[in-house]
Amino acid sequence: MNDQNLEKYKPNWFQQLLDYMNLKINIIGFNTINYVESIGKAGIVLFIAMFHKPNFRKSFPLLLKQIYSVGVLSLPIILAASFFIGMVLGLQGYTILVKYGADQTVGQLIALSLVRELGPVVGALLFAGRAGSALTAEIGHMKATEQLASLEMMGIDPIHRVVTPRFWAGFYSLPLLTLIFNVVAIWGGFLVAVGWLGLDSGSFWSNMSAAVNFQEDVINGIIKSVVFGFVVTWVALYQGLEALPTSEGISMATTRTVVYSSLLILALDFVLTAIMFGGLA
Amino acid sequence: MGNLVEVRNLTFYRNDRAIFNNLSLNIMEGKITAIMGPSGTGKTTILKLIAGLLQPDSGTITYNSENIHELSRTKLFQAREEMSMLFQQGGLFSDLNVYENVAYPLREHTNLSEQLIKNLVLMKLEAVGLRGSENLYPEELSGGMARRVALARAIALDPKFIMYDEPFTGQDPISKGVLVKLIKSINSALNVTSVLVSHDVPETLSIADYAYIIADGQVIGQGTPEQLQNSKSSKMEQFLDGMADGPVKFRYPADDYAQHLLRVEP
Repeated sequence: MNDQNLEKYKPNWFQQLLDYMNLKINIIGFNTINYVESIGKAGIVLFIAMFHKPNFRKSFPLLLKQIYSVGVLSLPIILAASFFIGMVLGLQGYTILVKYGADQTVGQLIALSLVRELGPVVGALLFAGRAGSALTAEIGHMKATEQLASLEMMGIDPIHRVVTPRFWAGFYSLPLLTLIFNVVAIWGGFLVAVGWLGLDSGSFWSNMSAAVNFQEDVINGIIKSVVFGFVVTWVALYQGLEALPTSEGISMATTRTVVYSSLLILALDFVLTAIMFGGLA
Repeated sequence: MGNLVEVRNLTFYRNDRAIFNNLSLNIMEGKITAIMGPSGTGKTTILKLIAGLLQPDSGTITYNSENIHELSRTKLFQAREEMSMLFQQGGLFSDLNVYENVAYPLREHTNLSEQLIKNLVLMKLEAVGLRGSENLYPEELSGGMARRVALARAIALDPKFIMYDEPFTGQDPISKGVLVKLIKSINSALNVTSVLVSHDVPETLSIADYAYIIADGQVIGQGTPEQLQNSKSSKMEQFLDGMADGPVKFRYPADDYAQHLLRVEP
């Protein structure tokens, strides 16, 4: 056999390993570029949606309509969930604290855990599931049925007409829903702790009002809900615009909205809590 | 009359597949230009490219002597105010009824009184035979009716340039006949430039002033309807007579049929 023939029978595992690594590096590079590109595109969409000169005569009715569908239609789930969460907090708080003779502080426990954490976080998670998914599905459907392209062809920017009113509606609605969540949950906790378990009503309210600081607790909770409203709505709208115009594409985009929003809410909650209450600021 | 739209050396890829490869064509002002071809040849894509809804990989498309893909976003939207497109699926806004859909462009781009808008909407709906359906929502319309409402909306602002994407698909013979006459009369009465994308050969050729037939990313034939019908080109004959076998590929590339059937899949 000459050298050329011998070359054919040499094991080429090294070459295969190189090819495999090359392929993997290519895939990582491709995915990274796509990821960075999509963040850039989402940023551009947000910029155009937020910073264009509004025409109040046309924009205000659109905003009201979206506040109704994003905010008002989310009320039933917020009311029901907050009522049950408040009742559970009252029940759990009372049964644990009574063992230490600290059952008078149930009101304080309920109020602080709600206004600082549960109100903004659970409210935002419910909002992502109810309103975020609906926004993505609606915009994805508008894309699939050529409604967005029709707007473009009429010389109307779909971001101004479709994205902007939905963005502001989500941004304004979630803090208001969070406040409603807090009030109803405290009332649910009161019903259980005072109405059912017999805790003194005066100590329930007086301990609560003594412990809750408006600036530190309530305002910080609202700031959290403003940030969550901003993020959930942004994610939902961008996923809708980027959805593949098929049934499967829309369903995948809707799932992504709920998953990404939920993870971002929890991660941002940690960061905000560390800044607001953990002494990082 | 000159050309309102000029497509020069257009190349457009979707993933790795070349939809158009060095394609050139002209849309003459005030005329009806038909673009025909088998399914999947990119007839809708060419309209979206002309409208600036898609970006070409290379080549230029000029509208009124301006490269549509080099216009700023504001100028592009201004140019689109004098264009209109009838989409294949209609593109009606699902949260608005028929009346509001047709009134939408009028409300957006004019300051007309409500009474005048009502008159215009009813005139456009009467033209497409759907006056009386004002209160219906898009989900209550059949596919053909939805496209007629979309046509009424497309002509609401009396545009200078209309692109029709498969206007005859899903229409019954009566509606088809009415639409053919309507497209012709809109074109001649308002001196509109029209592009008609379709694979309904007899209807399209009956009103077109000039037609292009595209396949495999290229123009395989062009001319007036008479020239096309008298053409001896085997590609043209195959398309116009609707034959599966011929130089224009009907079948997707695949292995030998018998071998494919007999092959045992792992």
